[in-house]
Amino acid sequence: MEILQKAYAGTLESSDAYVEIEPGTQGIQLELNSVVSQQFGQSIRRLVEEVLTDLGVANAKLFIADRGALDCVIRARVETAVMRGKGE
Amino acid sequence: MNNKIVSSLREAIQLSGLKSGMTVSFHHHLRNGDFVLNMVMAEIARMGIRDLTVNASSLFDIHAPLLDHIKSHTVTRLLTDYMSGAIGKEISQGILETPVEFRTHGGRPSDIELGRIPIDVAFIAAPAADCMGNCSGKYGKSACGSLGYAYPDAENAKKVVVITDNLVPYPLQDWSIPETHVDYVVTVDAIGDPNGIVSGTTKITRDPVGLVMADLAAQVIRHSGLLRDGFSFQTGAGGASLAAAKFLKDIMLREKIHGSFGCGGITGYMVDMLNEGCFESLMDVQCFDLKAVESIRTNPRHQEISASHYASPSARSAVVNSLDVVILGATEVDTDFNVNVHTDSNGSIMGGSGGHSDTAAGAKLSMIIAPMFRARLPIVTDRVTCISTPGRDIDVLVTQGGIAVNPKDTELRQRLKDAGLPVVDIHDLKEKAERITGTPNKIALSDRVVANVIYRDGTLLDTIRGVNAK
Repeated sequence: MEILQKAYAGTLESSDAYVEIEPGTQGIQLELNSVVSQQFGQSIRRLVEEVLTDLGVANAKLFIADRGALDCVIRARVETAVMRGKGE
Repeated sequence: MNNKIVSSLREAIQLSGLKSGMTVSFHHHLRNGDFVLNMVMAEIARMGIRDLTVNASSLFDIHAPLLDHIKSHTVTRLLTDYMSGAIGKEISQGILETPVEFRTHGGRPSDIELGRIPIDVAFIAAPAADCMGNCSGKYGKSACGSLGYAYPDAENAKKVVVITDNLVPYPLQDWSIPETHVDYVVTVDAIGDPNGIVSGTTKITRDPVGLVMADLAAQVIRHSGLLRDGFSFQTGAGGASLAAAKFLKDIMLREKIHGSFGCGGITGYMVDMLNEGCFESLMDVQCFDLKAVESIRTNPRHQEISASHYASPSARSAVVNSLDVVILGATEVDTDFNVNVHTDSNGSIMGGSGGHSDTAAGAKLSMIIAPMFRARLPIVTDRVTCISTPGRDIDVLVTQGGIAVNPKDTELRQRLKDAGLPVVDIHDLKEKAERITGTPNKIALSDRVVANVIYRDGTLLDTIRGVNAK
């Protein structure tokens, strides 16, 4: 799946995550800013890559501002951003 | 001397004999609306006095200018019972060479009275005062209610300066701190911002998780065996604690239980409980909202108490020793029931004991209310980042995922189980939370100690390490 336009999902509320996605050419470039980066930073990065792989997204730039969202929330926000960015 | 009024703050500081290396003290009833600490420290800095110890019963975000006085070495040692996040963050990043000394609201007056932490000059922010220094917190545009935490400072400091924006004719009626302790009186335009001193109304939570916890908390109290005529109670001003108080009130009114007293920092909810017959009196060391201020001014059953009377472990007795139940908060609780209220889960200072460990030690039932996790961080850990209150003084942890009872409380555990309440092992509660959040990695802290946590008896309870600045 190709990301064709810039898209957003989520909020900056506590326990949510705000995701921005835009077209890229150099694989997955993820900038993660998380309030729990010390405790969960690595696992959030792994999760985001897994979601993108499942959706067949090979190239994209992502910015995620995480306010302590659970995995299920991050997954939903990333999926929604991808769907909005694939340009339909 | 005809009266004690001096023409300026600078003159009062000069007359007090304050010199470099001495200790000044402040009380925190004006909370995040306090102008007095900042105006005094700014004047001291301008006078070139350095290397001071500041002993403040609590510090709030409004006191951020203190950070500049630390950086300029006007202040080189800090003693307090609580500091809010804006101050705590920089302390955690190591701006003070000497570790902060955290005490409790009971340990501070105890250590002052025992001469362990002598005060050279105490500055009392007084919403009403007369020309000889009789003063009160109950009257005036900056009214804050009780002046409880200022008593040990006034009674024990070598010099006492009263600062007021409401000078009344001598003698002030219904004074709290008498002129016998006061050396100088200074008048200023404003001692504080009323909007920051007290909140308009403290509200109970509407968060469904908070309401579930509050309901469970009220049920625990109901079935603890302590809820009967003569019951005594303290709770904090947090949303879930207030909701628990409301549910408790409903039970007390329905079952016609007449309690003895409510205690602590007092909110409008506790005033409602007094007025509706749940308690005979309130014992008030600090007012949290306008309704509490109004009540302490007008209702003789709403009584002002000093910090020592509230919680000192070296007093012949203190109110906390007569408490049945206290509801407290936590940022972390470990599987030994130790509680952290000093740091956030990243290790940065954002609080302090206040009366936490005093009431936990005194009350027959010490209850922590906290959600299973906050913003993905589980409340229950293997070991808290900082021990604020030792687990031996905590009886029960109430979360939305169940109630964990300290293994030492076998009778309470049985009572709650018999009542059909969801009692769980604290280890299972930790696992239950981590199944939802994932298991957090350990945080990295620096090797440097930025604060010492001193227990109410004066012994070192724990140390707080710095965070690595980003």
